[in-house]
Amino acid sequence: MSAVAGRRTPRPVSIASFAQARNVRRDDEHNEVEMLMPVVAEVFGTIGITKDDIDFICSGSTDYLIGGPFSFVTALDAVGVWPPKSESHVEMDGAWALYEAWVLLQEGEIDAALVYCFGRSSPGNLNEILALQLDPYYVAPLWPDPVSLAALQARALIDAGKATEADFAAIASRSRRDALDNPKAQVANDIPAEKLLEDEYIVSPLRRHALPPITDGVAAIVLAAGDKARQWSKPVWITGLDHRIETHSLGARDLTSSPSTARAAEGAGVSDGPIDVAEIHAPFAHQEIILKEALGLDETVVVNPSGGPLAANPLMSAGLIRIGEAATRISSGRAHRAVAHATSGPCLQQNLVCVLEGE
Amino acid sequence: MADRDDTAAAGDLGPVTTLATPIRLDFEFTPGVAQSRFLRGLERGRFIGQRCPKCGMVYVPSRGSCPTDGVPTTEDVELANVGTVTTYCVVNVPFAGQSIEIPYICAQVLLDGANISFMGLIQEIPADQIRMGMRVEAVWVDPDRLTPSLASVRYFRPNGEPDADYESFKEYL
Amino acid sequence: MAERCAVIGVGQTHHKAKRDDVSIAGLVREAAKMALADADLTWTDIDAVVIGKAPDMFEGNMMPELYLAPALGAVGKPMFRVHTAGSVGGSTALVAAHLISSGIHKRVLTVAYEKQSDSDAMWALSVPQPFAAPLLAGAGGYFAPHIRAYMRRSGAPEYIGRMVAVKDRRNAMRNPYAHLHIADIDMKMVEESMMLWDPLRYLEACPSSDGAAAMVLSSEDALSGQYPPAWIHGMAMRSEPTMFAGRDQVNPRAGRDCSADVYAQAGITDPRRQIDVAEVYVPFSWYEPMWLENLGFCDLGDGWKLTESGATAFDGDIPWNTSGGVLSSNPIGASGMLRFLEVAMQVRGQAGEHQIGGARVALGQAYGGGSQFFSMWVVGSDKP
Repeated sequence: MSAVAGRRTPRPVSIASFAQARNVRRDDEHNEVEMLMPVVAEVFGTIGITKDDIDFICSGSTDYLIGGPFSFVTALDAVGVWPPKSESHVEMDGAWALYEAWVLLQEGEIDAALVYCFGRSSPGNLNEILALQLDPYYVAPLWPDPVSLAALQARALIDAGKATEADFAAIASRSRRDALDNPKAQVANDIPAEKLLEDEYIVSPLRRHALPPITDGVAAIVLAAGDKARQWSKPVWITGLDHRIETHSLGARDLTSSPSTARAAEGAGVSDGPIDVAEIHAPFAHQEIILKEALGLDETVVVNPSGGPLAANPLMSAGLIRIGEAATRISSGRAHRAVAHATSGPCLQQNLVCVLEGE
Repeated sequence: MADRDDTAAAGDLGPVTTLATPIRLDFEFTPGVAQSRFLRGLERGRFIGQRCPKCGMVYVPSRGSCPTDGVPTTEDVELANVGTVTTYCVVNVPFAGQSIEIPYICAQVLLDGANISFMGLIQEIPADQIRMGMRVEAVWVDPDRLTPSLASVRYFRPNGEPDADYESFKEYL
Repeated sequence: MAERCAVIGVGQTHHKAKRDDVSIAGLVREAAKMALADADLTWTDIDAVVIGKAPDMFEGNMMPELYLAPALGAVGKPMFRVHTAGSVGGSTALVAAHLISSGIHKRVLTVAYEKQSDSDAMWALSVPQPFAAPLLAGAGGYFAPHIRAYMRRSGAPEYIGRMVAVKDRRNAMRNPYAHLHIADIDMKMVEESMMLWDPLRYLEACPSSDGAAAMVLSSEDALSGQYPPAWIHGMAMRSEPTMFAGRDQVNPRAGRDCSADVYAQAGITDPRRQIDVAEVYVPFSWYEPMWLENLGFCDLGDGWKLTESGATAFDGDIPWNTSGGVLSSNPIGASGMLRFLEVAMQVRGQAGEHQIGGARVALGQAYGGGSQFFSMWVVGSDKP
């Protein structure tokens, strides 16, 4: 484990187990509890533990996706918190729920945490819902949709000479081809980039292939520290974890870069060693280019071998899934050191970076 | 106002304190497997609950899991049309979206055979005569108006049985 | 090992039915700037911001931490958003405290708010879902049956609720930030107020407020501020399922377990004797006697007797809700933090007119949902 001046060395915490539902366009059979139950059962079952082994639970979700207040409340019934448990919830992606659990594990008083998240993106119209994330006085009343905002960013990237539409197509083509090996992926196909460039524009310069799918999906991770980390599985250590936010005003940001990702990457120690694999939460194809630069990744790094968010983008879960996918690459021996990234807000406003390492 | 510039005129109008942004969002909800059983029961004028395979408790409606064990509830249990008022309150405040004449009784009803009470409207009794332990029965809409919705249950009313003993329901308060 | 953590700055807004003089950003800044000034710090001294509030639908602003990041000086820093229903103000403070006690940060700003007047709060709490039970009674209608159950179990006389309503409103007269200032409040006025959810009358229920609360938390090596620090002696959260067979909603186990945990950390074995002052989430008057029992200040069934004896009054031996409590100010998302903040003020000796002389150990409690989520802390003037 690295120790950079001014940065504390965190207590080693392992991603002991990861599970996710098969990502689908719309799960109209199950409610949130029914979507979560098998995933929670799997995340415990694969390492042979039960809820009684867990000291702390943290979940991530947002009411506006589900269309009702307090949607996290009943989701807890998927775990069965009896006797009562120490438990918390963030109105954020599950990656930040993992952050809260990791913070508690740092104190050394507890050794095991369950993190879960549910992202049902299908019940409402995301173009309208996500507009409500914007400044409620000056921007939200104009109802700008997230695809148009992403298109502004993509256009700025092209105008800055940092990318071309062909680059977006290449990223989409590669992601969905890689997703053919991911049984949980929603969109997987083998279409060459040249062919994708024949797509119509949705919002110029973004064609359909550069957009993420709308996805219903849930995921869960068990974190373990101390003796449990080795008892439960071959450890995949979190060696660094940090997150940062930028200003909200799009006009005050350079949309072609991601300084908050760069800060978080520095805090998490991405550059302390070589990175084999990166799972990047870039919902729109062009954002991968911005994030790769901010993370300081070169061309040798394998990016989004799971297919990434272009293959499945369950809101509030896609970030945690990146951490789970990166950990899986390490635990299966295909990588030694990986970086996982999660984002929130319009045009990558808030970003989390997690560095993982095998033994 | 020709002698004033626009800036001064705006200043005289005072601060803007309210900005109305109407928000309308439509959602398609998914009740899920277990709640669908319950709703299909309502469509037939019956209360269908589910039993936890681990603790044996019967939930109505079930959301698909046992809240304490976290395992799927899969065994359907048809419950009686009658139950016991475990506790209640009398609502004297009108609020948006509620069309019932006040005062009215809102009670926790424990259906016979269930291990959980749910909130129901009590009618056909003056509000000051409701009691903990009162036995009640569900009054359903006409058979041709039954739908897979709680709207199929019009309300509960006293069924004339003697009150249940406090000991029999005190665990459900 | 966990690092020591202390409250070194507190701030809150004037809570009102409608704060139409400020935007949401203006509201949270009002509390945050006051907390920073109290701590003798500026925005740049803060390492991270933790914000909490109840459902986003109250203001129609989804994940408002995104919009509020620049207003709270969070640009370039970690910003975190908590939502645990009504207990959120408390759990937000706890998440912030853990960022210190884990050794990750030195100084954290934590903020909670609600601007309920920005939307129809009753609507936001009860968005109609086609197959769910139609909401029959509103928020008070959810809790009133449990209050009746408590009265039945304990044999408490009906005037106990009114006593709490009067006591907390009288305390609010000492607190310039409280929403309700009812100078001539008395038992008769409460009794004559409208019956809302029998047995709950209008003046036995909390108001709906706009407001914000903020605190600056610090590690031992970064202390500053106008007043001595309020050291955290214990903190805990507990949740239990919302509904289950045999659930005791009058005296929930999650509340008992949470207090047992926080007392163990703080070395408290006799809460009534060892705790000098407590701020407890009492949105409806009867929750004072219920929580007195749940928090172990007395035996089961005796909570109302403590209230009746005047023990929880301002001049009693265990003053409860010296700020006026939730019954006097209720910006939902901030209500839990205001409990935590008031007890920090008490042990720092900065509570002014509502200061309890010699307060050294204090309990802050918040609960949420259908009494299934709890968060608590014990703070003290002595370093733990």
